[in-house]
Amino acid sequence: MEFPIFHLDLIGNRLLIAIIAVIHAIISHSMAVGGVPLVAWLEWRGVSKGNYELDRLTRKILFVFFVVTTSIGAMTGVGIWFSATLVNPVAIGSLLRVFFWTWFVEWIVFVTEVVLILFYYLTWDRWIGGFKKRHLRLGAVLAFASWVTMALIVAILSFMMDTGNWNTDRQFLSAMTNPIYVPQLMFRTPLAMIMAGAAALCVLAWVRNNEHVSEMKRAIGRWILAWSPVLALGAYKYAHVIPEYMASNAPVALATQEFADWYLFVERLSLASIATVIICAMFIAVRPMMVPRLILPLPFVLMIGFMGQFERVREFIRKPYAIADYLYANGIRVEDFDKLKTDGILKHYPYAKIQTINDGNRIEAGREVFLLACSRCHTVYGVNSVITKFKGISGGLPLDEGVMSAWMAGMHHVRPFMPPFPGNDLERDALAAFVVKAEKENIHVEGMQSSGLW
Amino acid sequence: MVTNLTLHDLPLPLPANEMFLKVLLVLAFIAHIIFVNLMVGGSILTLVFQFMGRQQDRYDLLAKKLAKTITVNKSLAVVLGVAPLLLINVLYTVFFYSANILTGNAWISVVPLVAIAFLLTYLHQYSWERLAANKMLHISINIVATAIFLVVPMIFLANVNLMLFPERWGEVRGFSSALLMPSVLPRYFHFLAASVVLTALFLVGFWSRPLAKEEVREMGFDVNKLQRELYLIAFMVSLSQLIIGPILLLTLPRPGISWALIATVGIGAVASLPALVLMWLEIIAETPVIGRRYWSVIASLGLTTLLMASGRHLYREEAIRSAKAAVQLKANMPIGVLR
Repeated sequence: MEFPIFHLDLIGNRLLIAIIAVIHAIISHSMAVGGVPLVAWLEWRGVSKGNYELDRLTRKILFVFFVVTTSIGAMTGVGIWFSATLVNPVAIGSLLRVFFWTWFVEWIVFVTEVVLILFYYLTWDRWIGGFKKRHLRLGAVLAFASWVTMALIVAILSFMMDTGNWNTDRQFLSAMTNPIYVPQLMFRTPLAMIMAGAAALCVLAWVRNNEHVSEMKRAIGRWILAWSPVLALGAYKYAHVIPEYMASNAPVALATQEFADWYLFVERLSLASIATVIICAMFIAVRPMMVPRLILPLPFVLMIGFMGQFERVREFIRKPYAIADYLYANGIRVEDFDKLKTDGILKHYPYAKIQTINDGNRIEAGREVFLLACSRCHTVYGVNSVITKFKGISGGLPLDEGVMSAWMAGMHHVRPFMPPFPGNDLERDALAAFVVKAEKENIHVEGMQSSGLW
Repeated sequence: MVTNLTLHDLPLPLPANEMFLKVLLVLAFIAHIIFVNLMVGGSILTLVFQFMGRQQDRYDLLAKKLAKTITVNKSLAVVLGVAPLLLINVLYTVFFYSANILTGNAWISVVPLVAIAFLLTYLHQYSWERLAANKMLHISINIVATAIFLVVPMIFLANVNLMLFPERWGEVRGFSSALLMPSVLPRYFHFLAASVVLTALFLVGFWSRPLAKEEVREMGFDVNKLQRELYLIAFMVSLSQLIIGPILLLTLPRPGISWALIATVGIGAVASLPALVLMWLEIIAETPVIGRRYWSVIASLGLTTLLMASGRHLYREEAIRSAKAAVQLKANMPIGVLR
């Protein structure tokens, strides 16, 4: 309610964040948080076996991790902020105020991590002989720093799902000690380690004519197997702290509204992906020579699918909230809801063209209400379109303003992941009228980044 | 059409003392912008040296050495950018986010653009030998990366300028109209010139190290002559700042101008004069003593940087203070949260 509205009516705002965030999560987990400990361990292993070729192969893996994390990884990390600023500025702005010191400390660790990884990478060929021990120690410190950056950020991600006591005492410490924090960290840590193994195998698929690749594959296979039981334990702990109302969103979160009935299938598919990765790792650990090069990228591909699904579910099940019990997904604070319901949202929006709705401006008012109340998750014609949703609800009958408005009044009871409609009755009617008109006349909605404020 | 505009802040307290956060913002910004300067200036000079390398091989070798510093500096530029971003987000939430949203398409395009530029800088650095036979292709990679590095600061500058003038938000239709607001382009050229000066001076120091001197000789350069050339670049471009700076000051919209600002940037400009004199003395100095004044030049320009960054902050504070007052006056409502 405080900001102009950015809107993408083709791909939708959610997808913009999702694309950037999932790419970042995949890279940061596999090539930094898990990747650096894996590389440090492989380097130590090469030294302890006195095998220089293993050291060279480890450096190859580090090279790929280094280039990807310091380019796409770094920019998608910043990109999550940028996209969140555009799509839900109230959410990111609020989180930054609550967790400023967490982010600030994370920044210090992050600077340390980047400086160390630059040193670690650039000194690989220089700190040799008597200096190799120093390089191994540097790897260990870097591995710890990489993990700490994630350990801090997970506090914020889990806070969005369950704010714990913060909602009553507004204390930073309460926010940091939210009930989902430790279990989610217990899950993400082994997930990152396994993803790192899968990514390293993927790199090895490009290495040809090297007799030491099998030894390397065997080591990575063992790494994945060693972390698998920890992942199972983390998943068990994590699943048990998710609030009940969120768990009930799981069918839609896993398989979308249209395919909610298939959620068991999708759930099994995700588990099958992990199982396949573990079976691959077993083969690779026991008979590395028998695993063809073409198979090596498979675990990483499966882990990318799993990670994407995991992040989608995490983002979805916390609905109707962006920050549990504090901020709805459409950027409206829970504490403001009653006042908006009485006064209407347009009256309190500084950039509204219309504040009093009449027959002459109803459609335009509806468009403004759509932007304010719906556009964070929905488009008019693109991904997750409101027209498609209402057509689905009407069961093939022509869209009817009265029916749609009545349905919106109670939609949060029928679909608990939807926030309650925030405006007054006139605004709800105007929104229904706008959607019907948009469907008939192919009206598209622009965000203020294109149309301007007024 | 600003008569209905009221600005609401988020109803959550700042996480620390406001003045403390503002001091932190200025210092964190300086740390960030130095590495951005080195990244942008490094890309420009690498490109220039690589073109010169088509005539004289040694400049190609020089470009290769310089290119290696870009990939390091760019990583530090990004990571050091997180703190000022965090602080500006917290301190100026409603102003900064609104400007981001109004230029949203350009703002989000920073992410893929810079990621591509970073990948291209790696490709450029690691394909030097492989593309030796196809030099134009190799240079083209750097041209694209440099072009991106030249565009992205425009997006940032358009944003940090737009956030200061909420009374003009109603006129904005995307990034291009924000870019054309007064003072954005002078700010941009001020930044570009600073990037080249800083990089040239960085290279004087970088290639004055005992180990690096040997490398420079191996490339076929006389160390002192190279230092002199780099000083000359820094000197000439610094002179141009004496023209760009006043133009920038004159084009800054009035609401942010204050005597404190004029005094701060004025002292900053005066503080740069010793650096200009010292650079000139270095350029004309006898070979054995060149480089002796290096740290004095850095100290002089360091003070200028600190004062200019402080001036930038004073301007922002004054412009936003005036904007808040203007908005309040027009709307006849207090700025506050929704209740």
